Amino acid sequence: MDILKKSVLELRELLDKGEISSREIVQAYIDRIEKTEPKLNSFVTLTFEEALKDADRADEMIRNKTHTTLTGIPIALKDNISTYHVKTTCSSKMLENYRPPFDATVVKLIKQAGMPILGKTNMDEFAMGSSTETSYFGPTKNPWNLEYVPGGSSGGSAASVAAKQAPLALGTDTGGSIRQPAAFTGIVGIKPTYGLVSRYGVVPFASSLDQVGPFARTVAESAALLSLIAQYDKYDSTSLNNPRPDYLRSLEKDVKGLRVGVPKEFFIDGLDAEVEQAVRKAVKALEDQGAEIVDIELPHSDKALATYYIVATAECSSNLARFDGVRFGHRSENTKDSVTMFKHTRAEGFGPEVKRRIMLGTYALSAGYYDAYYLKALKVRRLIKEDFDKAFTKVDVIITPTTPSTAFKFGEKVQDPIAMYLSDVFTTTANLAGIPALSMPAGLSSNNLPIGVQIIAPSLAEEVMLSTAYSIEKALGSIGLPELEV
Amino acid sequence: MPLEDYTIVIGLEVHAELATDSKLFCGCSTSFGSEANTQICPRCLGLPGTLPVLNKKAVEYAVRAGLALDCKINKFSKFDRKNYFYPDLSKAYQISQYDQPICEHGHVEFYVGGEKKVVGITRIHLEEEAGKSIHSGTSISDSDFSLEDYNRSGIPLIEIVSEPDIRSPEEARIYMETLRSILRYIGVSDCKMEEGSLRCDANISLMPKGATVFGTRTEIKNMNSFRAVQKALEYEAERHAKLLDSGEKIVQETRTWDDNLGITLSMRSKEEAHDYRYFPEPDLVPVILEDEFVTDIKNSLPELPAEKFRRYLEEFGLPEYDAELITADRDLAEYFEAVVAIYNKDYKAVSNWIMGEFMRLMNEQGIEVGEVKIKPEDFAAMLKLMDEGVISSKIAKVVFEEMFNTGKEPKTIVEEKGLVQISDSSAIEQIVADVIKDNPGPVAEYLGGKDKVLGFLVGQVMKLSKGKANPQMANEFLKKALAELSKNQ
Repeated sequence: MDILKKSVLELRELLDKGEISSREIVQAYIDRIEKTEPKLNSFVTLTFEEALKDADRADEMIRNKTHTTLTGIPIALKDNISTYHVKTTCSSKMLENYRPPFDATVVKLIKQAGMPILGKTNMDEFAMGSSTETSYFGPTKNPWNLEYVPGGSSGGSAASVAAKQAPLALGTDTGGSIRQPAAFTGIVGIKPTYGLVSRYGVVPFASSLDQVGPFARTVAESAALLSLIAQYDKYDSTSLNNPRPDYLRSLEKDVKGLRVGVPKEFFIDGLDAEVEQAVRKAVKALEDQGAEIVDIELPHSDKALATYYIVATAECSSNLARFDGVRFGHRSENTKDSVTMFKHTRAEGFGPEVKRRIMLGTYALSAGYYDAYYLKALKVRRLIKEDFDKAFTKVDVIITPTTPSTAFKFGEKVQDPIAMYLSDVFTTTANLAGIPALSMPAGLSSNNLPIGVQIIAPSLAEEVMLSTAYSIEKALGSIGLPELEV
Repeated sequence: MPLEDYTIVIGLEVHAELATDSKLFCGCSTSFGSEANTQICPRCLGLPGTLPVLNKKAVEYAVRAGLALDCKINKFSKFDRKNYFYPDLSKAYQISQYDQPICEHGHVEFYVGGEKKVVGITRIHLEEEAGKSIHSGTSISDSDFSLEDYNRSGIPLIEIVSEPDIRSPEEARIYMETLRSILRYIGVSDCKMEEGSLRCDANISLMPKGATVFGTRTEIKNMNSFRAVQKALEYEAERHAKLLDSGEKIVQETRTWDDNLGITLSMRSKEEAHDYRYFPEPDLVPVILEDEFVTDIKNSLPELPAEKFRRYLEEFGLPEYDAELITADRDLAEYFEAVVAIYNKDYKAVSNWIMGEFMRLMNEQGIEVGEVKIKPEDFAAMLKLMDEGVISSKIAKVVFEEMFNTGKEPKTIVEEKGLVQISDSSAIEQIVADVIKDNPGPVAEYLGGKDKVLGFLVGQVMKLSKGKANPQMANEFLKKALAELSKNQ
């Protein structure tokens, strides 16, 4: 039996029947990581010893019948999610040796469910980037082709799932940081409704945009993980206190009569022809199953990227101010007084992309510029949200490409921030509007790289988003996983 | 021109720590004086990923303060981040309220030299405290190292911003004292300036009398007592006047008060002022107050010092001085009211005893009203014993002090110490006879027409009786006996 090829739901059955143990599953993934990690660099920290202990506890839970859907299934966590006494570096020199004294709420949920944690995954530094090239610990490779980026910022999590280093992973998505790497690595990634998943313990990039979400190989597996982490949390004031369905059960709903919106603003010049073709094919698959396809407008979409880069950088300039060398993290040796301590600590601890965004955000919030930049961005953000509100009176879901092109090569965009930022052009709108969006594989390009299709749904309508994705998945079939030579 | 020819314009920003049990955004204790860094958690330390959760009690207290200061309570308010770097500011931003504070447009009334003064309250907003830096030198810039204590980090504060309505340093002090009185009355802050739970920054400017355009202002910080507020502003007003007289310009800047030197010193200029880059706090949702929440708080407010003051004038007929002094402290006023609820014969007598012996003994022993052992009913009983002639006013002081020290009933003390007033005619007649016999000189003077000597002789009667003779009877009997003598001469 090849454990690595089994889906999470298949593993569940095997575990429940006692045909396999969690320890065996975890060991299989450990072996796989040990083999593939030198090529991929998906992880910053590996926690095998703890994972095996967790596996034994999970096996105990299964024996005692106190288990739930994901008990015993291992997972990888993006390294900006706080783990008790386990390094949480955000792939930054600033937090190279930082071990939080507490677990993030999502980590608590994962531990309670008996999911062994394999390790902490690589990312763009402080989640700022679209390729993992800004990581202090070096980039992660795309398992489909090692010359290509896996996307970012959650590139380590995406690569680990695509390369069968983990069956599931968690990432965070501020402007596309789950969906874009999911698209680049040919897996499913979900950015939930803002407030669906607790942000407590997740090192923030932009608080009003950040959400934690799952990575999985298939829609059903991603739905199972979403069900686990989508819990109300009184320690996060922005957590929504509404009833949470079992997302796994929502998949089977068919799409007959479903109104599917296709916004013309997302099919622009510069959109890769193969990507467009793949997305059109996914739309057609829904139409064939009885969905109604509606051309819609999201007129402010072209302002989304600019708006995003003002809101996100403004918030990050404040969120990252606490890295001052006083209480935790890196402190410069080269200090004369408090001011030089702040300056040198930050100059040494942050990489260039983080510094660039802190400076952009500081500028946008400065006296005299606030109204022209930040306040205006908030107004446009509202218009973007209103575009969606209006569209969702006509349609149930919206389908777009996740990214304008497939994965790019290392070094191709890292010197050109604007080109890099453009890879988020289709994903930032969902964060600005606070609505859920999912990326799933929709085919392979001629050079054998995955293409992602994005499904966007109204606030808290994860169920229809997932059932739509499930229908597409059934119709298109799997693109498979990369044949990574080791 | 002399300072008197200028109008002094002052506005105060008063910070009061709220007396909640836990901090504004986490569950840590707010108690004062604990060992450094023992009342901290990941949240008030600002560890990455932690998030604030608003303390409802702090919102309630801020609304309570707003209602007590006649403010409009905003049904919608929000929090903002005030960004600056300082080692004791754990997140490198303070969560505060910028453009939509919880309370606005209030006022406070007080008396200055018998004149009523009204000062407008611009706004009250909620915010969190920073931690505390302990520098190895005198300030962060001349220290080899600084130690940080985050026990205070995240304690809730209200900032009360006044209109520039204050016209003298004395008014500024009285305004502060009035605020303290009100905030303590409503139980939202203990307002201890010496512990830093009440602080203020002052903006001051001068303009020629009759002018309508304010002069350039300076901001004064670091005034750690009511006296310091007045002193610092007096100094600063003089400094402005001198500069203006010599044709110089006032530099808009922030200055710090040096209490030892009695002067203000420049801290930073307008150009060096921080750009706080305020923006809405994305980790908190806006505060939306239900009508019922505000109404419930309104209904729970006690009678405030200004209302009490008016009532003491009307209901008890007390002089303004007495009424103001007693009503300034809610505990003292409640004590007074408890006594007069039992003893309603002479309110002024109760007031005299409170302002006299009662406060003297409290000050001597350094205790608060709540710690006083005399029960209000015993206080009243003592006054009744005086009225009934059981004890003299002189004995009463002895009895009162004993009550104060032991908490015993006055009757018990009088019995134990044998302090009952002598009102027995024959006993007093005997003492009078002895005094006349022992003081032939003064008696002769009195008989020779020096009436004043009578006081001395009465004193002798009291002395011989160890203070226990009924003074009226002593007086009366002495006069009668001397009249007899005069007749027989």
